This record gives sequence, C-alpha cells and structure tokens, in this order.
Amino acid sequence: MSLDAKIPKGPLAEKWSTHKFNLKLVNPANKRKYDVIVVGTGLAGASAAASLAELGYNVKAFCFQDSPRRAHSIAAQGGINAAKNYQNDGDSVYRLFYDTIKGGDYRAREGNVYRLAEVSVNIIDQCVGQGVPFAREYGGLLDNRSFGGSQVSRTFYARGQTGQQLLLGAYSALNRQINAGKVKMYTRTEMLDVVVVDGKAQGIITRNLENGKVETHSGHAVLLCTGGYGNVFYLSTNAMGCNVTAAWRAHKRGAFFANPCYTQIHPTCIPVTGDHQSKLTLMSESLRNDGRVWAPKTVELAQKLRKGELKVTDLKEEDRDYFLERKYPSFGNLVPRDVASRNGKEMVDEGRGVGATGVAVFLDFAEAIARLGEDAVRAKYGNLFDMYYQITDENPYKQPMRIYPAVHYTMGGLWVDYNLSTNIPGLYCLGEANFSDHGANRLGASALMQGLADGYFVIPYTLGDYLATIGPKPIDTKNPAFEQTKKDVEARIEKLLALRGNKTVDEYHRELGHIMWEYCGMARNEDGLKKAKGLIQTLRADFWKNAIVLGDNEELNQSLEKAGRVADFLELGELMVDDALMRKESCGGHFRVESQTPEGEALRDDEHFAFVAAWEYKGDNQPEVLNKEVLEFENVHLTQRSYK
Amino acid sequence: MSGTNNMNLTLKVWRQKNAQTAGKFVTYKAEGISPDMSFLEMLDVVNESLVHKGEDPIYFDHDCREGICGMCSLYINGHPHGPKRAITTCQLHMRTFHDGQTITIEPWRAAPFPVIKDLAVDRSAFDRIQQAGGYVSVNTGGVPDANEIAIPKVIADEAFNSATCIGCGACVAACKNASAMLFVSAKVSQLGMLPQGQPERYRRVQSMVAQMDEEGFGNCTNTGACEAECPKEISLTNISRMNNDYFSAKLFRQEELHEQSHGEG
Amino acid sequence: MSEFKQTFNSSLGKKLIMALTGLFLCTFLIVHLGGNLLLFKNDDGFAFNVYANFLTHFPPIEVIAYLLYLSILVHALYALILTIKNRKARPVGYAVQAKSDASWSSKNMGLLGSILFLFIVIHMSDFWYRYKYSGSMNYKEYRTDLSSGVTQSVEFAPTSTNFENSVQTENNFEIVRVKDLHERVQQSFSQWWYVLFYVIAMGAVSFHLLHGFQSAFRTMGWVHRKYTPIVEFIGTWFFAVIMPLGFAAMPVVYFFTRS
Repeated sequence: MSLDAKIPKGPLAEKWSTHKFNLKLVNPANKRKYDVIVVGTGLAGASAAASLAELGYNVKAFCFQDSPRRAHSIAAQGGINAAKNYQNDGDSVYRLFYDTIKGGDYRAREGNVYRLAEVSVNIIDQCVGQGVPFAREYGGLLDNRSFGGSQVSRTFYARGQTGQQLLLGAYSALNRQINAGKVKMYTRTEMLDVVVVDGKAQGIITRNLENGKVETHSGHAVLLCTGGYGNVFYLSTNAMGCNVTAAWRAHKRGAFFANPCYTQIHPTCIPVTGDHQSKLTLMSESLRNDGRVWAPKTVELAQKLRKGELKVTDLKEEDRDYFLERKYPSFGNLVPRDVASRNGKEMVDEGRGVGATGVAVFLDFAEAIARLGEDAVRAKYGNLFDMYYQITDENPYKQPMRIYPAVHYTMGGLWVDYNLSTNIPGLYCLGEANFSDHGANRLGASALMQGLADGYFVIPYTLGDYLATIGPKPIDTKNPAFEQTKKDVEARIEKLLALRGNKTVDEYHRELGHIMWEYCGMARNEDGLKKAKGLIQTLRADFWKNAIVLGDNEELNQSLEKAGRVADFLELGELMVDDALMRKESCGGHFRVESQTPEGEALRDDEHFAFVAAWEYKGDNQPEVLNKEVLEFENVHLTQRSYK
Repeated sequence: MSGTNNMNLTLKVWRQKNAQTAGKFVTYKAEGISPDMSFLEMLDVVNESLVHKGEDPIYFDHDCREGICGMCSLYINGHPHGPKRAITTCQLHMRTFHDGQTITIEPWRAAPFPVIKDLAVDRSAFDRIQQAGGYVSVNTGGVPDANEIAIPKVIADEAFNSATCIGCGACVAACKNASAMLFVSAKVSQLGMLPQGQPERYRRVQSMVAQMDEEGFGNCTNTGACEAECPKEISLTNISRMNNDYFSAKLFRQEELHEQSHGEG
Repeated sequence: MSEFKQTFNSSLGKKLIMALTGLFLCTFLIVHLGGNLLLFKNDDGFAFNVYANFLTHFPPIEVIAYLLYLSILVHALYALILTIKNRKARPVGYAVQAKSDASWSSKNMGLLGSILFLFIVIHMSDFWYRYKYSGSMNYKEYRTDLSSGVTQSVEFAPTSTNFENSVQTENNFEIVRVKDLHERVQQSFSQWWYVLFYVIAMGAVSFHLLHGFQSAFRTMGWVHRKYTPIVEFIGTWFFAVIMPLGFAAMPVVYFFTRS
C-alpha cells in the first residue's frame, strides 16, 4: 500500500499557509455538536484539548495519572527551541528547519519539519501569554541559550525545569476549559482500545483504574497524545507509568506504526547500581561542555578500580583514555548524543567500564575545576552536581562522575500524515506518540517544541477539516463495534487476571529490557537482532503462561495495570527488532554494525533507506507488513555527518 | 554489587483496601536492602516478594521518580517525603536509614485527601482549586509577541520560585491544620506577580480561595511546617501575598468581582 | 450573602479577625504595662489608684475598654471555631510525628491562648470585677501639701456605699479619695501561688506573642523584604521579652519586697 503523506504542493515556506487556507472550516454554531476525545495530557494532549475546547468543540480528556499535571513532559529539563532570532545571531525559520532535518539524519519530512520551525515562534508567545516564567535578562526580555551543540542561541528555558513550566502552562489552559465546562476530564483512567466503525475511529474503551469499570466513550475524532515507548527497555529516563498501550492498541486496530526502531539514547545519565534499579536519571548534556569523558586504558586497570584496589584519583594521567577526544579531535567531548553514547557502551563492552557494576565511564571535571575554579564550576553545574551526589553519594567535585547512556526518547510512533492523522480516518496522533518530525535522531530542545506545535497550532486547523467533512451528526453508540470492542477489552482483562504463574510482571519486563538494550539498542547487527526476535517470542509465550497477576478488576490493581502494559511491550519489542533488521543502514542514533565507514563511523544508506517504514498489523503472531513512504528532499542536500 | 552494606529493616505500613474500609498498620520485613536503592525501589523489592507469596502488593502513587511530577507521597517516620529536606520520596535513598531501623509509612492525612488504597490518596481537590482560577485567560493564538512585555528579572525569578510547586500535597500533609494555603498561594503569587496575570488578579484569588474553603482544608497559622517540608522549598511569603490580594479584592477593590459560578453556588 | 459577610466567613477572613483583634490586644498591652509601671512608684499607690480611677471613670476609655473585652471574646471564639475546623480537616491523625522545624510556640497557640484566657478571667474577677462591682473595696485618702508637694495617705471610710471618688482642695491641701486598688494588688501579690500563676501566665504571653505578633502581620499580608525584619524584631524583643518581663516583675517585686 502506498502511503500519502498529504504534504501540500508549492514552495516549502508557503506549504503550511496555503494548506491552512485550503482546509475546510467548521461553522461556529456547529462546533458544539462535535465530541473530540483526547488521550493523554502531556504537552501535546493538554495543549490540544485546551485549544480545541476554546474553539468550541466538546472535549473529553483522559490520563492514567491522578492529575493531568503529572504527565511526563513535566520532566524535560533543558529547553524549547524557537526561531525567534531575538539574539540577532543569524537564526531563522529556515535555519531551525535545516538544523532539525540534518539532526534527524535526513529521515524526516521536509514539509513537516519546516512547519514545526515556522510555528515554533508562536509557541513562545503563547506560553509567555499564559504566564510561563521563562528565564529573562536584566532588561526584562527573554533570555536564550545555545543548546545541544547548536550554532545559534535559540533555546528558551526556565532553569532546569522547562518541561514543568510549559506543562503547567498547558495544564492551566486545560483547567480553564474544564472550569468552563468545555472539557470533561477523566483522571486515573487508562485507554485500552480504539473503537473503529466502518474504518473510522469513533470512540475508545477505557478502564477506570480506581474501580475497574470498563467504559465506552464516543467521539467524532480520537487524538492519541500518549507519549513514547522508551519503557520497552525497562530502564529509561521515562516515568514508571509511560507505556505504549494506547498507540499499540490503535496499531492492532489498523493504524500503522512507523520507524519503531528509532530510539534516542542520552549519553549522560547516572549509571545503574543494581537489579533493583527502577529508572534512570538524566543529567543535562551541558555537562559535556566542561567535563571530559574517559575510561581506564586497560581492562586490568578497570578491574582494579571496580574491586576498589585502586582509587580513581590515584590513576595516572597516562593510564586514562579520553576516548572521545582521541577519536574525534575536532568535536571532542561535544560529539552528538548518539556518538557519545555508542562510544561509552563500547568501552564497557570491552571490559573497561568502571564503578561497582562496571557499567559506566567517567565524566571528569578535575581539569575544569583547575582551570575555572570550584566556584565557577558550582555556579554552572551546582544543581546537577547536587543531584548526582544525592543519588550516588559521591562528590563530583572530588572525584569524576560516573555516567552511562540511557534510553530517553522514541522517535518512532504511529504513522501520521501532514494533518497528524493516522491511516485510520478520525484517529490522530500527536507529540512523542507519533513517528514525529525528528527523523532518526532528535536534537536537544526540540521535543517540547513538537509536542506544543502539534497541540496548539496544527491540530486545531487540521482536525476541523476532517470534522467538516464527516458532518456533525451524532455518533451512533449502538453500533455493534462499540459493544464488541468493549468485550474484547474485558476478555483481555479476564485473561490477564487468570494468570497465576510463578514470575512477576516486573521480572518479565526487566528481561525484555535486557534483550532490547543488548540487541536493539545503540549498536545492532543481524545475528543479534535475529537472536533477540527469538528470545522475545519465547518470553512472550512464557508470559502468557507463567506470569503472576494478582487481585481483582474492581480495585486499584497495579499488578493488572502493569501486566497489560508489559504484554503490549512484549509485542512492540518484536516489531522494533523487525524494523531494526529491515533497516540495514546506520542512521541517527542507530549504529548498524554492517553499515560503517572504513574508520568505523556510522554509514547512512540514502539510496535504499530514505523512507519511513510504516508497519501494518496483520494478526497475532503474523509477520507485520512493511509500507514505505519515500522521503523526498527538494530543499536540502543530504550529507554524511562527520565529527572527526 | 557487593552485599556487605545491605540492611534489614522493619516496615510498618498503612494498609487500607479502599476509602470505605478501615485501615491498619501491617508489619513487613525488608531484607537485603542496598543503601543505593531509592525508597520507592525498596518498596518495589518488598512488593516483588509479596507478589511471589501471592499477597496483595502495597499500593503507592509514583511516576517520574526524579522529583518533578509530584505523584509520589508517603509520610515516612513523621515527615512527608521522609526525613531529608528539599526532596521527594522518590529522591530519598536508603542510605538515609540504618540497619535494623523501623520505618513507619503512612498516607497523607487530610479530610480533602481521602485514602483510595493503602498509601495512595485522592488529591483531585488540588485540581479543582486550579480549575477555579489558576490560569490566565488567553486563547491559543491570541497573544502578543513574547518580548512585547518586559518583566524585571527579579519579578520573573520570584514568580518562577512560586511556579516550581509540583502539587504533591506535602504542605497539607505537614501542616498541623491540613491547610492547603501554601499550594494555593504559590499559584496565586506566580500569576499575581506577572503582568500577564494582572487583569484577573483579584478575581483569581477569590475563586481559588473559595474553592479551597469548599474542599475543607484547614487554616494557616503561619507555623511554617509546610515551607520546611516542601520538596521545592516554596516560601511562606506566598501565603501573605495571597492574603494581601484577597483582602484587597474583598475589602478595598471598587469594581464588582464576582466569584466564578463553579465553586460556590 | 453580602460581600463582607462572605469575606469574614471565609478561612482568610476568620484569620483576619484573629489578626486584627490580636493586634488590638497588643496595643492594649502597651497601655496596660505603661499604667501598671506606676505600681513601682513608691507613693503608697497614689499614682496607681488615681490611674485606676481614671480608667474606670473616663467615658471614652470605658468605651474602648468594652471594645477590648469584646476583642478578647471574639479572639477566643474565633480561635475555637478555627481550631474545630482545623481538627475536622484531619480526622485521622498520624501514628508517628517527628520534630518539625516549626517553632514550639506556633504549634501551641491554642494551649497558650487557653492559659491566657484562664488568666484573664481570674485577673479580671480579682481586680476589675471587685473594683467595679463587689463593694468590698477599701478606700484611701491622699492629702497633698500643695506648697511642699508632699503626699500623705490615710485610710478612709466613705459614708455612702455608692461612693466612687472625690477631689477637693482645702487649705492649700489637695485631697484625693479613691478606691484602694493598690492594697488589693499588694494582698494578691503576697501569696506565692498567685505570683507563680502570674509568672506562668506571662510566660504564656511571651510565647503567644512571639509567634502571634509577627503572624498577624503575615496574615494581613504585610510581608515586606525591608519591614518584616523590623516587625519580627519588635515581636520578639518588645512583645515577647520586655513586656512579659515587665508584667512579671510586678508580682515578683511585690512578693519579695512585702513588709
């Protein structure tokens, strides 16, 4: 099946405005006759729900947390990009577009990315209007910083809590609409399926987590704003509750899942301390501006360090391998996230890892402290150093930090066209949950931008076009599809609750995570991926036989909640492996061992893989079918990234 | 992972099936606990062993586990979010405790925060207070350029300090009166200090306070326990700012400032 | 509901009433202390008795006095209402409560206030009520030689039971006849348990005001980077230290210097 991304014709800079004009409008008096379902209340969901309600639609919003304000967008630290050019340093919409598409290793659509850059400026206006307290200069105007190796200062920030402040802004807009009666908010409610009637999405099935009630909600359109699936790796920087269930259920109802193997690994996270570890904590990559990454030169030295026979501060300078500076003399410690991450893992795989577990490398500030003084280092990184000390009980002013890469973001997700519509009419997907505008790799400070762009400035236009087309007649909830989908959900809950085996759901999840990280993480090869596929299939079969799921449906039941989510991860994991197997090139954050330059760097294959891989579900345990959306580049010239 | 420093602890945990049934303390042994674990990871370990024994795991709210989402709670040995300052429970590490220690874990206690199960309470009262007026009424798109309004840095920074509230409810849990004023005043202050919040400043404070009262929270006696236990160190000064705005609105403002229909009828 | 009624029914409004009545009582304490310092004047109670007489017979002062009594009652009543509401906000208490950073006084305002209320009741029934209504007061006559300024005092028994006071000048002598409250004070302050109770009560005043004075400012929203430290200084040193010490000094000094 060929996929039509519906990118408007015409010059790049005019595509969005032309398109907006061509979109049908809904008569203001008719808007209240439409119901719109929004699942998820992160940046994308909250901004979409609020904006649509402001327009006059009746919105029903859902989140599994106890409050819409808890969505994991809240944890984003760094900032949000916008092509405001307030600093007069040569930024422009085109430059932001160019940087983003190049950063994504040319695996995103030109049209989408340009639109993202275009509306980025409106986002900042909107947030400031809501009272988001961005950092300011003494003159009272907004401050910017350069972020993630960008040549221009275009990142707006609110200390290290930009995500929190942006989300609270969107949450406040949502609250205003809840108060106005235009949004009905359902908290502690998890979406478990999409109702598709005659090929169109017309509702969802939810489970109330407090009392187990399975309910049907109808709507003229369903928007999935349910975030990424990084927790398939068990350990990630995601929140504990982050899951793929909504998107995966939609996928099983026919929505294509695009580029599932594209995950972003962040290099500067605090390493794992043991099997008890439940999540990983990210530290801003700004640390690499002054910190030097190194590992012991030999395996023997590393072993001594691990056993405590040698203290890190006693290790001689010539016994230290500053591997990033050695391999990438021009970029050094500031190589992009993917390169830094991959090289760190290589050190550990060679046996040169440090810390009690041996799964970490050093990030050393000794040189910076000697050069700038401890006070200057504290002023710049004090809060990060405190956080590190809090978690590890090690003083980074006195000894090097230990860092290790961690899964941070997933670029893959449900396939959507230019209108953010999946291939199921009426089913939309926004934010991290869609396969997004980031291509194969996401630049720093662009995730917040995309979530808010989708919710505030894209969906309010594109959804109207669809709604105007289908007309305001009420949804017929008598349609057997509603009852049938509800029954399917209930049957699955029953099946899960009947599991009384001998292994906890967390144990399965942890095992899946190990497989994914080992074989489908930063570096992959065909043999490993094939092995992983077999392992996942076996694990999944075992799960449905031997998992323990306790309790009843009619109560808060974390056992059941987790089981449903992990069951979906066990299916998604296999698709990620399939996607990684198919993509025989190295691109973005992914190093395919078979595809490298003579110097051992990632080698992209534009001739064969400049496409979006959109996978089509064909039934349980059936191979999924690959649909390709070829990426056309009319404005940018594809170049190989090099950081030597 | 060397197990040499591992600890054995006794946990006294509040177990309550739901809001309708009475709860009680149940004692559990937590064995082989690594000092590197976070408090919630320690509970994960206990829960894993409970599940293996076929017993209902302890329910507690949590999500981001990095101290920002505000979902985790727990009143640990007499302190909301445990004995350390300026952190949430998920940031509390077991090295804070010692081998053989008994740890008592209770849910937040306040009438407007009914227990849902075990250690999880319903904090939707906070959402309702925010819905009553914790926003600037601007529609998407209808805003001026971001740099059109210059805001003195000190004001922006002070508003930011108020805005860092994560809505966890530790202030209510810590207050001897179960007062929510620190939480409410943080939002009132943030928007009341910024120019964007001025047009609705006096209306906002009235509707949010009215909703707060309706939820049944206690009163502020300026003891400062909330400020001391707040994981984000929100200042008590916010409460005074709120009071000032409230009395201005109620007693001195000339214009009619209707409360919004949502809260009080 | 009128806007005022609504305001004072709100949680913040009730707190405002506490703050306003509290501060009013603080200002009274200043006056009260100033007047009572006359007890230290070694004139056989002349100045003190005249002052007591003035307070009870000058109409504007009487009006303020009744306002004061009302304030005490309102302050106590609202404290009770607020406490009940606060208790209701936490129906199930904690099993473990650690020491918190909040000051002891701020957490025990109710206890301190109750002690003070008890004190005020005893104090007023002993002096104010007896002075005004009991009819069991003795009288004193102060004869001041207007040329030398020397005052002599003698007991005096009025012929009428309704006698309040009189001032007259005879032969270059000013004769003032008033109820002898000073004697009552001397009597009361000669019992050790009475003195002890007063000292404890003044301790309660100290802790009550240590928190209460600055708390009232906070409640009214008068927090200012520059002025709040001054308020806290006054609250601590004047209201929580100097004043209770001044009040407590009276029974203590009278007890130890009694003849």
